Amino acid sequence: MADLVSHPDEVRVVSKRFGLGATNIDRYVELDGYKALRKALSMKPDDIINEVKASGLRGRGGAGFSTGMKWSFVPKQSAKPKYVLCNGDESEPGTCKDRLIFEQDPHSVIEGAMIAAIAVGSHACYIYIRGEYRYLSVIMQKAIKDAYARGFAGKNIFGSGYDIDVYWHGGAGAYEVGEESALMESLEGKRGIPRIKPPFPAVVGLWGGPTVINNAETLASVPPIMLGGAEWYAGLGTPKNGGTRLFCLAGNLQRPGVYELPMGYNLQKMIYDVGGGIPNGRALKAVVPGGSSTPVLLPEEIDVAMDFDSVAKTGSMLGSGGVVVLDDTNCIVKFALRTIKFYQHESCGWCIPCREGTDWLKKTLTRLHAGGGMMKDIDNIQYLSENMLGRTFCPLGDAAAMPTIAFVKKFRKEFEDHLEGRPCPFEKEGAVEQMPVLAH
Amino acid sequence: MKFSDEFETRFAEMLTHYPTKRSVLVPSLLYAQDETGYLSDEVVRELADRLELTELEVRSVISYYSMLTTKPRGKYNVQVCTNIACMLRGGEELLHHCAKRLAIAPKGTTPDGIFTLEEVECIGACSWAPAIQVNYDFHENLTPEKLDAILDDYKKKGTQ
Repeated sequence: MADLVSHPDEVRVVSKRFGLGATNIDRYVELDGYKALRKALSMKPDDIINEVKASGLRGRGGAGFSTGMKWSFVPKQSAKPKYVLCNGDESEPGTCKDRLIFEQDPHSVIEGAMIAAIAVGSHACYIYIRGEYRYLSVIMQKAIKDAYARGFAGKNIFGSGYDIDVYWHGGAGAYEVGEESALMESLEGKRGIPRIKPPFPAVVGLWGGPTVINNAETLASVPPIMLGGAEWYAGLGTPKNGGTRLFCLAGNLQRPGVYELPMGYNLQKMIYDVGGGIPNGRALKAVVPGGSSTPVLLPEEIDVAMDFDSVAKTGSMLGSGGVVVLDDTNCIVKFALRTIKFYQHESCGWCIPCREGTDWLKKTLTRLHAGGGMMKDIDNIQYLSENMLGRTFCPLGDAAAMPTIAFVKKFRKEFEDHLEGRPCPFEKEGAVEQMPVLAH
Repeated sequence: MKFSDEFETRFAEMLTHYPTKRSVLVPSLLYAQDETGYLSDEVVRELADRLELTELEVRSVISYYSMLTTKPRGKYNVQVCTNIACMLRGGEELLHHCAKRLAIAPKGTTPDGIFTLEEVECIGACSWAPAIQVNYDFHENLTPEKLDAILDDYKKKGTQ
């Protein structure tokens, strides 16, 4: 069980049942559970979609696309079955919020997915949970079983005549599968390689049927919208950025943790007030605002409202809600190297710019950090990254390139300080010993 | 090839979840591996037969997913996260500490077959960093001292 935290500025919508034992279905029902589903059954599908559109709910996986809009793209008539797929393959470094939702309130995801199913005329929901989260898969399997036992899922739910099946699904370790088309490939029992778009999943998705794919937090936000109304939800956030968001505060902070704050909450306040500031009397050096793929922000750039549009204006992204804070003892070259090492490891190898680009970036950054770099390496890092942008099937190439470009642009001097055989100025002497070499 | 009753019940149930048999492949491989320790040729053949796939199709899926392995591992797979959030709070030091203590490098297994060490990517414990997973169990907010106590516990359990 992960530790729960709280702060007076929190507005608990998605996390309102955290710590209250809501994995138990009776407790969930006591705490307004499955009321929204009942309400949705009495509504016209288009009215559900319009309500979600008006709420300003945008994709919590990171892309920030309007959820209601996404649902509206699903054709009304379809020869093939339609599906709802919950993306619980949370794996963007810095992000650990869906884990808490599954752990503390699994029924909210089930309920949200079923409301989405009613809205688009689907009769089957799949909840995909990453393989590493095995204990959550156990929780989810029980939750689904309990929902069936009560008649909340399955045939003729609440006597409405409407059938919705809900299934769990487990991954086996792959960041790439968090991309929606790769997610579908994985669910179909294949390597998680992205599909080319168009056609978009809303038209041709799982087994060729129209498919709505939403992040777990997005779906968990739907029942409160149904009950509280679009206007209430929209009013919690900023214009075009409705509601609240689970922010995962991580890195060099006094009080890291997952906090639910209104969309548009000030980043500076989030770091110094909610997160308790930087420990050990150190100074802030940089912030990765929304998971490892989002471009880094400098201390002078953090007076920003944390909503999709405001963060975009800084040249970065709100992303997945993972706020990673670096103090001034950290080396940016090393941080950039660790970031690219991740993307190199996770690149599926399908698109050449991503496969080759991440590998070259890793090699160049490794050499540079070790003191063997040349001035032209720094330009090469920029050149390689820029040539990956927009040239791959899925956004993994962009996710690797965007932060790298920002690291070099904003910390060029630090990269130059590593040249000409100079040792890394941040290497803590004797802190990390040489790793034993594996005998093959 | 014999799996546990629990595996068979889950496998049979999963087959009813999807329009195609193949969809059960990824979770089934992981559940099978949990029982057999690794995906041996025998397990690959068995699942290929059951799902009407070629062995090659199964192997190409296995090689894609980082949790699946075709090589035996120790009883406890110690997975140390060194990704950004853990790195900032001592993940690398933990990995080195583990390597020194177990006297193995990442991907190595102790001679008694109790521990395998692995450096892993983000496990979703960023706000409770640094963190490790031992098999599926999370251990968070770690220090080298806490890690020692955890490894001692597993060692005791593993030798019982």
